Amino acid sequence: MLRERGQREVFCGLTGIIWLHRKMQDAFFLVVGSRTCAHLLQSAAGVMIFAEPRFATAIMEERDLAGMADAQDELERVVNRLLDRRPDIRTLFLVGSCPSEVIKLDLTKAAQRLGAVHMPRVRILNYSGSGIETTFTQGEDACLAALVPVMPALPAGSPKELLIVGSLPDIVEDQFLRLFAQMGIERVGCLPARNARDLPAVGPDTRYLLAQPFLGATAMALDGRGARRLDALFPFGAEGTASWLSAAATEFGVDTGLFERIIAPGRERARIALSKLRPQLEGKRISFLPDSQLEVPLARFLQDELGMQLVEVGTPYLHRAHLARELERLGPQVRLSEGQHVERQLDRVRADRPDITVCGLGLANPLEAEGFTTKWAIELVFSPIHGFDQAADLAELFARPLRRRDMLEV
Amino acid sequence: MQLAVWTYEGPPHVGAMRVATAMEKLHYVLHAPQGDTYADLLFTMIERRQRRPPVTYTTFEARDLGKDTAQLFQDAAHEAVKRFSPQAIIVGASCTAELIQDDPAGLAEAMGLPVPAIALELPSYQRKENWGAAETFYQIVRTLADTSVVREPREGRKARANILGPTALGFRHRDDLVEIRKILDRLGVEVNLVAPLGATPQDIGRIGAADFNIVLYPEIADEAARWLERHFAQPAVRTVPIGVGATRSFIAEVAELAGADPTPALGDTSSRMPWWSRSVDSTYLTGKRVFIFGDATHAVAAARIAREELGFEVCGLGCYNREFARAVRAEAARCGVEPLITDDHLAVEDAIAAACPELVLGTQMERHIAKRLGLPCAVISAPVHVQDFPARHSPQMGFEGANVIFDTWVHPLVMGLEEHLLTMFREDFEFADEHGPSHLAAHAPRAMARTVTPDAHEPLAPAETAPEAAPAAPETIAAPGAPVWTAEAERELKKIPFFVRGKARRNTEKFAALEGRSAIDLETLYDAKAHYAR
Repeated sequence: MLRERGQREVFCGLTGIIWLHRKMQDAFFLVVGSRTCAHLLQSAAGVMIFAEPRFATAIMEERDLAGMADAQDELERVVNRLLDRRPDIRTLFLVGSCPSEVIKLDLTKAAQRLGAVHMPRVRILNYSGSGIETTFTQGEDACLAALVPVMPALPAGSPKELLIVGSLPDIVEDQFLRLFAQMGIERVGCLPARNARDLPAVGPDTRYLLAQPFLGATAMALDGRGARRLDALFPFGAEGTASWLSAAATEFGVDTGLFERIIAPGRERARIALSKLRPQLEGKRISFLPDSQLEVPLARFLQDELGMQLVEVGTPYLHRAHLARELERLGPQVRLSEGQHVERQLDRVRADRPDITVCGLGLANPLEAEGFTTKWAIELVFSPIHGFDQAADLAELFARPLRRRDMLEV
Repeated sequence: MQLAVWTYEGPPHVGAMRVATAMEKLHYVLHAPQGDTYADLLFTMIERRQRRPPVTYTTFEARDLGKDTAQLFQDAAHEAVKRFSPQAIIVGASCTAELIQDDPAGLAEAMGLPVPAIALELPSYQRKENWGAAETFYQIVRTLADTSVVREPREGRKARANILGPTALGFRHRDDLVEIRKILDRLGVEVNLVAPLGATPQDIGRIGAADFNIVLYPEIADEAARWLERHFAQPAVRTVPIGVGATRSFIAEVAELAGADPTPALGDTSSRMPWWSRSVDSTYLTGKRVFIFGDATHAVAAARIAREELGFEVCGLGCYNREFARAVRAEAARCGVEPLITDDHLAVEDAIAAACPELVLGTQMERHIAKRLGLPCAVISAPVHVQDFPARHSPQMGFEGANVIFDTWVHPLVMGLEEHLLTMFREDFEFADEHGPSHLAAHAPRAMARTVTPDAHEPLAPAETAPEAAPAAPETIAAPGAPVWTAEAERELKKIPFFVRGKARRNTEKFAALEGRSAIDLETLYDAKAHYAR
């Protein structure tokens, strides 16, 4: 286990807005930051930025830095203008950035003050997506953690409810909800809900399953409201998905025979589809550079279900409790690294010469130019990859660059 | 605070990165929080560079703030110098580091590095990307130029010029440079130095050896060129050779400074644009209304080409970089339009909708505005997306650049013969409006608009439409007091080919308002047609 400090080639938490705003359709994300923050969002959002996106930046200028009271007034003016323009917004997130954190602009206070004015039409919440506090997917963690306190209370003694935590593409979410319904687990909520004003309830009778490995703060907030986490592998691949579903089935007393019958078709489909990709990936050596915290469960899936050899598995942050079962599966020869010193890590990639390297877009083309095959990591966050029916799509994301490398003759 | 979804320019440190990435053996040590490395992918993805930008970020985090971020900066600088052995480094802060007030300049100086460390003051909360690039290049030149260089007498040697301005992430900078070198070659002018693109810090040392400078992109090189003018008495060519006319003026100016004969360069026969523009198929281009927006340099050049070389009518002209707005104001006066100086894309969108152009020339942003409004569009300026860093040779400057421009701008318009056929056979189902131009089948905007809102027949928002109106259904919104169309007139209007219908509608409504007519019937429609006949 390697722990490193140095230059980190990672996104900040603001990037989470790009997928969160697609998921919560009544929410708007207003970043309070600098021109750099706006530029980052536009670079990360690509063409999405033109389809009346539900996010924007309140760019701080020289005069906002002069005094605190002034900045609060300015923010109020921007929020009022925004809400006038977009009457469809029902939840507004004020998102903190590095500049707003450093000058200690109190967004919590701003959210409370503005929230009091605009309730009940608009609920105003805040969280930080700044680079000094959050890495990439941690932005989603911070956002969901901000939603937990406003979830309705599930009074003690209610029938047990299941909560799926972590934003999933709608198609994947629906697949899981169908499976749980077939098992007879009727009360299932999702965080985030598709409508941010329609949050599921939470209380001591809530049992939750993390669908994503980067939700440390959200889990803590849910625990704080009495909910209990169900321990499982993350739902990647046939095994991960089976383990994840089974954790809920066991907790909710689903008959083992029934459980097996319900998941059998999906698991079988996943196995068949994966068996077609296995020859392309088996024995291939793979290194992960830190990006999203998805690295450990994805490495486990590629190793156990596709026979890949793990060289280095880098993660920006390792939540030991949530990933305990995943880590058990990784062999002792696997080099785990937490944090980053990008130059030294690239030196290791050059020495290891893996068949495929998972990394960000700032590094992918330069590594390709040095003769390495890469898989850009961000796609793993945007594509549907969870569950039985996406298992082969997930494997294909890794197989495609290798196949392409073999196809090209120029 | 300014509410922004889209920004035309990044922060100033991205401008500094563009200069650093363009150069060789220069390294940028940037005091910045974790996350600011996002800017690397502009270079590795949009420009598809094969190397990482030569930038080391300190990537400080919250837990470092209580401690010594200054130490973090010094460690990063030490390590960068050791690992990359640059000839010089530039040091500076991004927007957040500017707030924590470590002083990269002082820190770097105190370190006693073995190479020059050039300090950058880039005020992130006032300035933007282009300014950052210009300031960085100016500081590099000021610090590294060898002031003891004395030019040899001109007798018996070729004239020498510096080409200043091309950077990384510049719109067509790579290919423009090829064209400029070609011209200088014909004029017998030697290139002393190209900078920043491809230059090392050592190369910058001999910048004073040139007889004069060529400022290719004023946004980036003007500041440095003015300093060179003062310290080395190097005059500068400031005509930007985009368009046939501008290229000819450029050749004449360079020839004059070099004491060379311009004839061979002017006689370059690779320029097909003048003939293409004169050929009868181009007659339909006459008076096409074009809206132009971009950086000042490209916008002004485009306006001149539109007016003098293609026979368009410029119906709107603007730029997003206030620093160079003066040239845009002057050109707008020549075009007889109000200049639009703004970095707010919503203002640009409103202006385009109000002007009802038949062609939009702009940036990536205007491409999307035009798509939304169902207008043809071509890209003439940064910011641009990956497709505008093409693999093929695709300059904007020089005679080949003019050829490229002719094709690029005319392509989105319906060609003359096709336009004629569409008009002639407009009742024929095969030529119905929704088929769109044959060469734009993939993104015929009208067909798409139809599937969204079945009754949206009109892609152009009338001038009076409120800006917040949904662009998909502009017809349902009428400004209070606007004249009402009779059903008969509305039907007649639809017989007019779609690519001129917006103009017809606008003119008719303007005419009706002028005449104080409350309803637009057939009579009004044709009265207006007669009124605006040209």
